[in-house]
Amino acid sequence: MSQTSIALTDEGVPAPSSRRSVGRGRLLMAAGLVLPVALAVFWEWAAASGLFQMRLMPPPSRVWDTMAALAARGELTHHVLATLYRVFAGFAIGALAGTLIGAFAGSSEAVRRLIDPSLQALRAVPSIAWVPLFILWLGIFETSKIALIAVGVFFPVYLGVGGSIANIDRKLIEVGQVFRLSRLALARRVMLPAVLPDWIISLRSGLGLGFMFVVAAEFMGASEGLGYLLIDGQQMGKPDQIIGAIVAFALLGKACDTLLLIVTRPLLAWQDTARGTL
Amino acid sequence: MLRIETISKTYSDGTHALEDVSLRVGPGEILAIVGGSGCGKTTLLRLIAGLDSATQGRILVDDETISAPHPAVGIVFQEPRLLPWLRVEDNIGFGIADLPATERRDRIAHALDRVGLAGYAKRWPRELSGGQQQRVAIARAFVARPAVLLLDEPFSALDAFTRASLHEHLLRLWEETKPTIVMVTHDVDEAVTLADRVVVMRPRPGRVFETTWVQLERPRDKLALGFEKAKRRVLGALDRSLRPETKPPEGVATEAAASY
Ligand SMILES: Nc1ncnc2c1ncn2[C@@H]1O[C@H](COP(=O)(O)OP(=O)(O)O)[C@@H](O)[C@H]1O
Ligand SMILES: [Mg+2]
Repeated sequence: MSQTSIALTDEGVPAPSSRRSVGRGRLLMAAGLVLPVALAVFWEWAAASGLFQMRLMPPPSRVWDTMAALAARGELTHHVLATLYRVFAGFAIGALAGTLIGAFAGSSEAVRRLIDPSLQALRAVPSIAWVPLFILWLGIFETSKIALIAVGVFFPVYLGVGGSIANIDRKLIEVGQVFRLSRLALARRVMLPAVLPDWIISLRSGLGLGFMFVVAAEFMGASEGLGYLLIDGQQMGKPDQIIGAIVAFALLGKACDTLLLIVTRPLLAWQDTARGTL
Repeated sequence: MLRIETISKTYSDGTHALEDVSLRVGPGEILAIVGGSGCGKTTLLRLIAGLDSATQGRILVDDETISAPHPAVGIVFQEPRLLPWLRVEDNIGFGIADLPATERRDRIAHALDRVGLAGYAKRWPRELSGGQQQRVAIARAFVARPAVLLLDEPFSALDAFTRASLHEHLLRLWEETKPTIVMVTHDVDEAVTLADRVVVMRPRPGRVFETTWVQLERPRDKLALGFEKAKRRVLGALDRSLRPETKPPEGVATEAAASY
């Protein structure tokens, strides 16, 4: 790689290093778009030239038109909001429970021995297996869906928090003890900051699972939501709607993950990792 | 000031780490402990710091028995043990959170200045070198104004130049409040540079082997004859302590005269 070619602007004068890194950041971001755009262009061309069957594999332009029509009627917003509401409600419940129970299990050997084996066994149950039970118990409406999502979010958060607390560096705890911190102060000033990075990582994977589970939840009979658009598209033979809903899931999931990253970034300014690029 | 009375320590796995150790350290005295690894030096400091409890005997600071970390006792560990999520200034102020904000700020600024890190208040620990981190750890211990300060091989991971400059920083801070210092080191040169008295320990089980007084004026000239002589006495004792057990000259105190 030639260092000078990057450091020079169009006029051939050396660019300040900050501008260089901003430019490079944009370039890296644009790099992520190369693959999807290339795929879309190829697809569009393949559909137009008859290589793909238009009916089953609608080109991006058709998908766009369908989604634009849905959006114009206000339906898209409606479905997106329904899905988002379920994910957030389930995420809030699952993350809270996972954090609390994980904290108990991580800080007490006795509690861990008592509950961890059962929770690990439950974790091995495929998510869909819960569906009939939740429907029987909680009905077919929102409650059962949110419960399913909460279960999905719970496990990664529980595991992340529990493991992280159990692994806190005893040497740092001793620093707190030497300065005679109370148990509460020790938890607040040493243990909490120590587990924060792992906690945020576990929240991210919990959120990811939340988006997976919302689809399962919406498959079990929903009249709104992006998952409903998928089922509806299948039953009505509208592949453009299915693909549109999949793309919407991708964008929504990515956007929520990025939001979580941005919100939590100030908490982790001290960290010495390449986290900023993830 | 600091009284260690017939301390024995056996760990739960049966390791006999200390046997009948007694020491008295006067106010403002700097005591260095040297000895092969595994002879219980760290164990002894942890007992004084109240991080662990003795199997037998007791430790008193100003006539108070130590059973848990004591406000008059501070410790600098072998590793800096800075909290990575706190900036340098907050790491230094970690143990004095209860003080009024202005007093706290003044002490932090003063300590930063004393360890030569005046411009580093807002840095993260990860942005510092090992020697700088250890200076922050020393400052963190000093701002709490302990009457007894324990140091467990605090400079062992550092190169000779960094170590020499840290000796100066340490002595400068010590000059201000004159705490009693108990310092573990494996560097005889360091022990003789800093200490009023050097205790050589012997392992399995750990006990006091020989004591050497170093009565030389500070700052000490490493090239002076007295320095060299004191060093040789300590090295001799250390050498004997590492040999297979013969009859140790129990309780013998040798003296390096200051008249050179
Ligand atoms: N927590 C512990 N549990 C069991 N044995 C220990 C523990 N800490 C230290 N020891 C043992 O006690 C002896 C003295 O250790 P230590 O005080 O660390 O020696 P030093 O600091 O002089 O190298 C060693 O044999 C060591 O293995
Ligand atoms: Mg040690």
